[in-house]
Amino acid sequence: MADIKLIISSSPHIRNDESVPKIMFTVLAALLPAALVSVYLFGIRAIALMVTCVIMSMATEYVFQACRKKDITLNDGSAALAGLLLALTLPPSFPLPGAALGSVVAIGLGKHIFGGLGFNIFNPALIGRAFLQAAFPVMITTWTDPFAWKASSVVDVVSAATPLSRMKFDFDFLPLTQLSIGNIGGSLGETSAIALLIGAAYLLYRGYIQWRIPASMLGASVLLGGIFWLIAPEKYPEPFFHVFAGGMILGAFYMATDMVTCPITPVGYWIFGSGIGILTIIIRLLGGLPEGVMYAILFMNAFTPIINRYTRPKILGEVKNG
Amino acid sequence: MNLLTFKSGIHPSYKKTSTENCSVCVAKTPQKVVIPLQQHIGAPTKPLVNKGDDVKIGQVIGESAAFVSASVHASISGKVKSVAPHWHPSGKMVDSITIESDGKDEAFEEKSPKRDYSQLSPEEILIIAKKAGLVGLGGATFPTHVKLSPPKEKKIDAVILNGAECEPYLTADHRIMLEKPENVVYGLKAIMKALNVSKGYIGIENNKKDAIKIMQETCSKNGVDIELHGLKVKYPQGAEKMLIKAILGRDVPTGGLPMDVGVVVQNVGTAAAFAEAIQFSKPIIERVVTVSGAGIKEPKNLMVRIGTMFSEVIEECGGLKSDAKKVLMGGPMMGIAQTTLEVPVVKGVSGIVALTGEEIEFEKSRACIGCGSCVDVCPMFLLPTRISNFSKYNLFDKAQQFGVMDCIECGCCTYVCPSKIHLVQWIRYGKGKILELRKKESIKN
Repeated sequence: MADIKLIISSSPHIRNDESVPKIMFTVLAALLPAALVSVYLFGIRAIALMVTCVIMSMATEYVFQACRKKDITLNDGSAALAGLLLALTLPPSFPLPGAALGSVVAIGLGKHIFGGLGFNIFNPALIGRAFLQAAFPVMITTWTDPFAWKASSVVDVVSAATPLSRMKFDFDFLPLTQLSIGNIGGSLGETSAIALLIGAAYLLYRGYIQWRIPASMLGASVLLGGIFWLIAPEKYPEPFFHVFAGGMILGAFYMATDMVTCPITPVGYWIFGSGIGILTIIIRLLGGLPEGVMYAILFMNAFTPIINRYTRPKILGEVKNG
Repeated sequence: MNLLTFKSGIHPSYKKTSTENCSVCVAKTPQKVVIPLQQHIGAPTKPLVNKGDDVKIGQVIGESAAFVSASVHASISGKVKSVAPHWHPSGKMVDSITIESDGKDEAFEEKSPKRDYSQLSPEEILIIAKKAGLVGLGGATFPTHVKLSPPKEKKIDAVILNGAECEPYLTADHRIMLEKPENVVYGLKAIMKALNVSKGYIGIENNKKDAIKIMQETCSKNGVDIELHGLKVKYPQGAEKMLIKAILGRDVPTGGLPMDVGVVVQNVGTAAAFAEAIQFSKPIIERVVTVSGAGIKEPKNLMVRIGTMFSEVIEECGGLKSDAKKVLMGGPMMGIAQTTLEVPVVKGVSGIVALTGEEIEFEKSRACIGCGSCVDVCPMFLLPTRISNFSKYNLFDKAQQFGVMDCIECGCCTYVCPSKIHLVQWIRYGKGKILELRKKESIKN
């Protein structure tokens, strides 16, 4: 047999067909129902915000990678995903230049300063959001009624309250039906729980979401929220309100589960998710802000490395050293 | 049937359909064989013959005085052409005896009267295993007579035969169970006698339902002390720690061996070969090899004489297709890629697999994105991304702390990694370095 050039490499010699772009684009697709609902509720404004954030995120990534003389990895979809997630945390009337700035901070400060995909400690979209909260505190809490875009050709900024602010400041608790379907005030991604859950269900099925994180996060918030409610039901809403109001669903299924910034061990997922759930309730009910998901997630992100270190699973047949 | 299993693992596409229904054909007797003096774990053998000597089939031509070793035998009759280093499919140059055929194909001994294990003592059974050069034919090639002589403190209460054959493409064990079930069960009973054990188990994956059926019938005919279990189809069910966990629910301690939990595991092919060694004094001179993969023109299961070149075996299967660029000894998950086809089939070659297309292509690795897929699938419950990273950055203490030495290199982690990181390669690097450092330490002390 003639000497053919044989290729050698270490085993294993086969791989499955998962890839980073596949994961990122699937998550983007899972967010499509929620994105479409936001357009239905808030009109052109929603599209403008989402497009601005996605484009500016990708542009920021390009600039950073080009300057660092690294491979341009825009095609892995991670910058686009972070952009879309950031947009979904913003109120529909948020100014586009602000959204653009937030995207630059999210990708630049939240991701590439650390070294790029896989090296960041904090959820990039939430870093952008936290920056905008500090930089534009009034505009980020200025809400619009849904369907206001139908009334006139210019978006009327009506200072409508969100379910969470009504809960906190007016002790007015909206019913779950309204919260789940979504024709309420809020940021682009906070309103329709059903649309978000459809996407999340698909991601769970594909194994791209670690189920323990939303389970522990929602479980802990329902538990702690329930305790508060039992103590003073006139001051605190019933526990399932917390699940459907505000950014809890978006946070539980799309932000806390961000692969890079969450732990990798089974016990770690439980600790991480529970921590976020508990912190969210504490901020919502005892803190100065009506919404606590963002800071709760960023806080627990900081704990991910130490959680990983101390929750190493027991190796098969591991013998405890005396 | 209630199927047993273990936690984690992966479900690759098994691709066994091209050979699972091919009965074993006897390969053409080669004109030349290269018999490496080491085809097993342990000390290499020393040659007993010189250039120019005449040898016959079954004649022992390499032996070692060390306990952990296995003799090698001539697989054809002819003249010794050379005793020199030759490429071995493990990737090293190994001293080997090259024999050129005299065309006569003569056996060394007259067929001795048929023995039966029931008439032999455990010690006599072990001597037969040693004389036959019997090693684990599943691929590990651990000398059988050593495995069947555990230290007195280790009380063995169970023998498990491994009929899982969890690697994609490979069907050699499947065919042995279908075609020689009596030999497999005979071998198991002999092993049980040698170890003085009353309970035997056979584990077969559920993608071999015909084998399960035949083996079940054979076991029923042969006494009630053998339990046959169907196993869920999952890789790496055939890894011995996973097999023991599935069938007996016992955890082999890290750094330990199955005998530490009272178990001895043997491959079904080893058991079948043992049966022939006991009954007919037949040493290991040939074995079943699955030749498969998208790159082989006519996939087959062949009975190949030890020492036949890979190139000849592949030619007998129609040759390689033009787009075949990777040839493996073994299956695609743990097999060793070959640099040349001029290597001999040795005792541990259960399959020759030729890969094409996507299976050969290399995607550039990205940074770890912390998806946790590797953690989800690791059957040893390690953190593959951690131990490979520690190894890569030479943090060997951390790597050991996180259990890198317990990795069985099954490849599940690398199979699922979306960033296409070569996890097993880095882990192997780490393990190698750690062993080197340990050797240096022990030489110093």
